[in-house]
Amino acid sequence: MMNKKQKPMIQEMIFGNPSSRKAWFVFAALAVALLLLPFATEALLGRGWVRIVDFALLYIMLALGLNIVVGYAGLLDLGYIAFFAVGAYCYALLGSPQFGLHLPFWVVLPLGALLACAFGVLLGAPTLRLRGDYLAIVTLGFGEIIRIFLNNLNAPVNITNGPQGINMIDPIRIGGFSLSGTHELFGITFSPVHLYYYLFLCVTLLVIFVSLRLEDSRIGRAWMAIREDEVAASAMGINTRDIKLLAFAMGATFGGAAGGLFAGFQGFISPESFGLTESVMVVCMVVLGGMGNIGGVVLGGALLVLLPEALRNGAGPAQQALFGKTLIDPESLRMLMFGLALVLVMLWRPAGLWPSTQRRRELSPDAEVAHQEQESVYDAAK
Amino acid sequence: METLLQQIINGLVQGSVYALVALGYTMVYGILGLINFAHGEVVMVGAMVALSAIMLLINSGLPPLLVLLAGMIVAATACMALGYAIERVAYRPLRNAPRLAPLITAIGVSIVLQNLAMIIWGREYHAFPQLLPNSPHMLAGAVINEVQIIIVLAALAVMAGLLVLVHRTRLGRAMRAVAENPAAAALMGVDINAVISVTFMTGSALAALAGIMVSANYGIVHYYMGAILGLKAFTAAVLGGIGNLRGAMLGGVLLGLIESLGAGYIGDLSGGFFGSHYQDVFAFFVLIAVLIFRPSGLLGERVAERA
Repeated sequence: MMNKKQKPMIQEMIFGNPSSRKAWFVFAALAVALLLLPFATEALLGRGWVRIVDFALLYIMLALGLNIVVGYAGLLDLGYIAFFAVGAYCYALLGSPQFGLHLPFWVVLPLGALLACAFGVLLGAPTLRLRGDYLAIVTLGFGEIIRIFLNNLNAPVNITNGPQGINMIDPIRIGGFSLSGTHELFGITFSPVHLYYYLFLCVTLLVIFVSLRLEDSRIGRAWMAIREDEVAASAMGINTRDIKLLAFAMGATFGGAAGGLFAGFQGFISPESFGLTESVMVVCMVVLGGMGNIGGVVLGGALLVLLPEALRNGAGPAQQALFGKTLIDPESLRMLMFGLALVLVMLWRPAGLWPSTQRRRELSPDAEVAHQEQESVYDAAK
Repeated sequence: METLLQQIINGLVQGSVYALVALGYTMVYGILGLINFAHGEVVMVGAMVALSAIMLLINSGLPPLLVLLAGMIVAATACMALGYAIERVAYRPLRNAPRLAPLITAIGVSIVLQNLAMIIWGREYHAFPQLLPNSPHMLAGAVINEVQIIIVLAALAVMAGLLVLVHRTRLGRAMRAVAENPAAAALMGVDINAVISVTFMTGSALAALAGIMVSANYGIVHYYMGAILGLKAFTAAVLGGIGNLRGAMLGGVLLGLIESLGAGYIGDLSGGFFGSHYQDVFAFFVLIAVLIFRPSGLLGERVAERA
């Protein structure tokens, strides 16, 4: 009940309160900033960074999808990248010379999302009886199974082309307008990375909108009730099995859609992009940013894509400047710093960088609440 | 028939290693209720440190067995220190934090360890010197070499020792008390922090031993070896029922057997459609099947859903 009063605040933070003029101003400034972002990035940092921003948007979509499963429903999924893989391979198989099929993006993308949704239900149905960490390991196993199949389904019948992956995937084409060409619009030249940026931005905003609406809906509140206390939730008349399955299916659908976009954007996919590391990375985005809070998840996704890239560009030159030579392999150094950053951020803000109001309340110094939290940890230790 | 016996031997050897690593996961889980994701990397560090120590001593004229023993002691000590440090830095400050926070620090620690190892020992595969007699023996048509026999025996001995430690000593009783109810244990005068530290150190020493066993068996050490081994061992711990020592042992050996038998027979079973590279799929399918029918693992206690 308190939920209802507090939730609109988050919406206001993101979209602004339409009734106040100042908020409208912030909203408009944000919109202009997002529209100009790719050009500003290109001018300041070069075209390579626009591509990285595109990837950040893709991962934000993924993180938002996983946020439904982990953040709202409290189900730890360590194999989420499998749904991304299903969407990507669906797009790649139906829109590339692999089978000579070149179905349009309008058909393939929803199909990929739908297929991922089916896989979500397939995974969820038998496993939702499992408690927290057991569920985590089963989802992890599922993710590995999908990856191993993708890696090996090239013999005796070649379906996925094995570790070589699939090449020359059709770009996303809307009508006669291909996103992988350079276009002149309104006197401005748009290169493919810009066009994909706007497409991804639109989809990300759509996912954010859906997430926001879900959060405040009956379903969203049911998810959060299950997250907080499953027994109490089912006592309140929530069909916990169906609602949990819905979370899995919904998260998988978003993952599959993001996968399709990834395949079209990249033009090439291989099983390497869908390993356990990637799954773990998406979980990190959700948890580090702030589980269950859309702003936090967006922040986490953006940070975890941009930070390693920034370190990649910084690790080598910084050593040159400090010591006059490269002492440590920059690639190792960048991952080392990244690992340290994960640890330090979590120690500094255990609930994530931008936690949801609910989490903030749980961690407030309020004596009774703190006491309950303590007890629940000891319960979990049993 | 020979292949069957051969696959069983290979499975037992691999399974003993899984069991030792799984014990580390399960002990920590039993006491803190958290998945120590960095544990696989501790195995790798153990193998690497042992390798460095052995390479230092190998030309000193000491008998090979003594060199190996010295390597083991150095590696176990280093891993115990590492385990202690990981707990202090990454887990203790987060003991009352949201459940997933320590998971992220664990992932961070394992990224750090992996890349530190890459910086210190390099990206290449290192050969692990052959210090034990390694002559093959024929056993009803199957081959078993002495290293493999020693691995299985040593694993058995260590596991027996661990069971004695946990069930027969004062320290073991303290561990079980903390696992049962930390608050009550603290009221009874158990120093919870000390017990948790000792648990991490014991698990890490086992990990070091397992790392040396894998390296001696395959003759190869690599900075990336911990990740997949840790994953398998964690799977084994869950298969047996996480938090349960005997479960981890059973799960480890079973997973080793399932993998090697699966890899050996999957080709015949599927008419050549699936090859031995589906070995991991096989292992995970068995895991999922077991968990569907016994949601808390083979030997895990049925935990009532908590209110």
